[in-house]
Amino acid sequence: MSEQTTHDKGVEVLPDTSDHDAIMLEASGAKGDVLLEVDHVTLRFGGVVALDDVNFQIRRGEILGLIGPNGAGKTTCFNAMTGVYTPTEGTIRFKGQEISGQKSHKINHLGIARTFQNIRLFPEMSALENVMVGCDARHKTSVLGALFRAYRVRPSEEEMPQGGIRRSFAKVFGISRHTLEERAGRRRSMELLRFVGIADRAEELARNLPYGYQRRLEIARALATEPELICLDEPAAGFNPAEKEDLMGLIRRIRDLGHTVLLIEHDMKLVLGVTDRIVVLEFGQKIAEGSPEQVARDPKVIAAYLGEPDDAA
Amino acid sequence: MSQLLDSYRGLQLGNRWDRAPKWVRSVGLLLVVAFAFYLPFLNILPFAYIRTDLNPTGSDWASVLFLIVVYMIVAVGLNVVIGFAGLLDLGYVGFYALGAYSVALFGSPSSPVVESLQSRFGLADDWAVPFAMCIPIAIAMSLTAGVILGAPTLRLRGDYLAIVTLGFGEIIRITARNLDPITGGAAGITQVPVPPGPEIDGRSFFNTIDAERWYWLALVILIIIIWLARRLEHSRVGRAWLAIREDEDAAAVMGVAGFKFKLWAFAIGASVGGLAGLLFGSKQQYVEPNAFMLNLSFLFVAMVVIGGSGNIVGVLVGAFLLTYLPERFRELQEWRPFAFGVALVLVMVLRPQGLVPSRRRAREFEDRRHEAEEAAADV
Repeated sequence: MSEQTTHDKGVEVLPDTSDHDAIMLEASGAKGDVLLEVDHVTLRFGGVVALDDVNFQIRRGEILGLIGPNGAGKTTCFNAMTGVYTPTEGTIRFKGQEISGQKSHKINHLGIARTFQNIRLFPEMSALENVMVGCDARHKTSVLGALFRAYRVRPSEEEMPQGGIRRSFAKVFGISRHTLEERAGRRRSMELLRFVGIADRAEELARNLPYGYQRRLEIARALATEPELICLDEPAAGFNPAEKEDLMGLIRRIRDLGHTVLLIEHDMKLVLGVTDRIVVLEFGQKIAEGSPEQVARDPKVIAAYLGEPDDAA
Repeated sequence: MSQLLDSYRGLQLGNRWDRAPKWVRSVGLLLVVAFAFYLPFLNILPFAYIRTDLNPTGSDWASVLFLIVVYMIVAVGLNVVIGFAGLLDLGYVGFYALGAYSVALFGSPSSPVVESLQSRFGLADDWAVPFAMCIPIAIAMSLTAGVILGAPTLRLRGDYLAIVTLGFGEIIRITARNLDPITGGAAGITQVPVPPGPEIDGRSFFNTIDAERWYWLALVILIIIIWLARRLEHSRVGRAWLAIREDEDAAAVMGVAGFKFKLWAFAIGASVGGLAGLLFGSKQQYVEPNAFMLNLSFLFVAMVVIGGSGNIVGVLVGAFLLTYLPERFRELQEWRPFAFGVALVLVMVLRPQGLVPSRRRAREFEDRRHEAEEAAADV
């Protein structure tokens, strides 16, 4: 998809009215454990060194910022983590398991989801369907299960149909797992759309949504795959200050749901305001790491962003 | 022409149908199905007057109806591959041939395979694998062929896949022609079995004369397959196919196992093609390699594309038109390829998304056109 040029900036985003319990992530480890480890990763494309011996860790429950000037290798780093590229050297471990070189969908099943810098939604699907594709990543219905719907489950009382014949039928034969998952996915997707504040346009095609909605829809779709680590690639690109403020709140709420957040962002104010820790890349190398305050004071970082006095570009 | 199209669009048939109450839709559907079952008796002559080789003077309406429904089954199966998963399969006739050949090879008492089984196990001369067993064999054979063909080739994208499948369609036919000791070679296999049934008027239930019974059998199978295809379309599988079609890389990052779902689409399409071939071979009671020429593959693809790929109603319309019209205008024998070509070009120019497109597909076409225009404007 090409970069959007017309940004509807006056769009009101709905407040989060979702039922957080319904979309809370089940904790599978203690806070502060190492969740993802980028271990001396080097990535070369021919003669170009996109990542040069990059080394950092993401701990469970934190919001880690990954910043750096244009072309510093931030998105390349994301791509290496989500299976788009395989590192030339070094490994990436997620929950102690090596994921470098694995297929993208396998990595997603392990628990890493991402958004894209240049929005890549499924444009001809409705917002709700986009999120449901994400939910499907956790569903167990197979192709044959969807075809014959022979795997029956005894439904809980809330799942029981109300009508007389349908009810007796469900009591005797149960309900197919496909149907139950489909319903659960739809419910969860709606909750997620509420959570990011775009539930009012759930039935609209993704490509007809305003720019800000599309960005949020990408986040909802990524959250739908129940990732322990969600990587946001410049989610605030093209946002006005008020929208950025909203987004900061949203990122914090994502963390509160139990997800760990890795954030690529250009806007220093946003990064310093929301992250717990920051890793700074320049020319594919890590030049600094630390708390927002430390990083903001670091002379190397200042030089990277503002340029050295004698070669100001 | 375009006025005609506009007035057709003005009817908004699809929208009206979607908005109609459920009971209206079920009654409407029931009426359509009932009408379809009644069709063989609807002998309005200008419509049903069809000369065939079998019946040079009169009308062989029911046989043509049977062929239409068999091709409709093919179109619904191919639609899973082309319309849902977006994979261009130009060798679909291969699966169709495999279905026909499996029922012939295992069901006919005079086929080389059955004869060798007879001599090996000392069975009677008229012994053959029962017809009911031939159905799973045919499905399994075509499905296996689909998986074997798909596993290495589905990693290819776009044009490459089309070329490989094109080759596959020819391989099956040429193998059948040259493998004399197994397939009977160019002479083909006779005595292909028909489905069992009670004897009526001293003839078996399914015979060459009462073609309407074949038609009804095919119609029942078609309805079941449409029902199953719709189930797939409106499930996580259909969503996954759509997501792959729209943006394969983004889908992979969202946990959609692209290769797996594409392979399933291929396998499902193949088994439906095999089933259609089985019906065809059984009705003919004779199978020979020349019945599965490559141009049949192009006809199948044309049905899906002209009708409107991705939309089951669309491909049914496409299959109907591309089977019925050539049969109806047999007397214009030498003009048929020409008329066919003109019709194809007209559809591609006036309505590239197909006659009855799925809404999503129609929009995808619009999008691509805009993109092309923008790209042209940039230059």
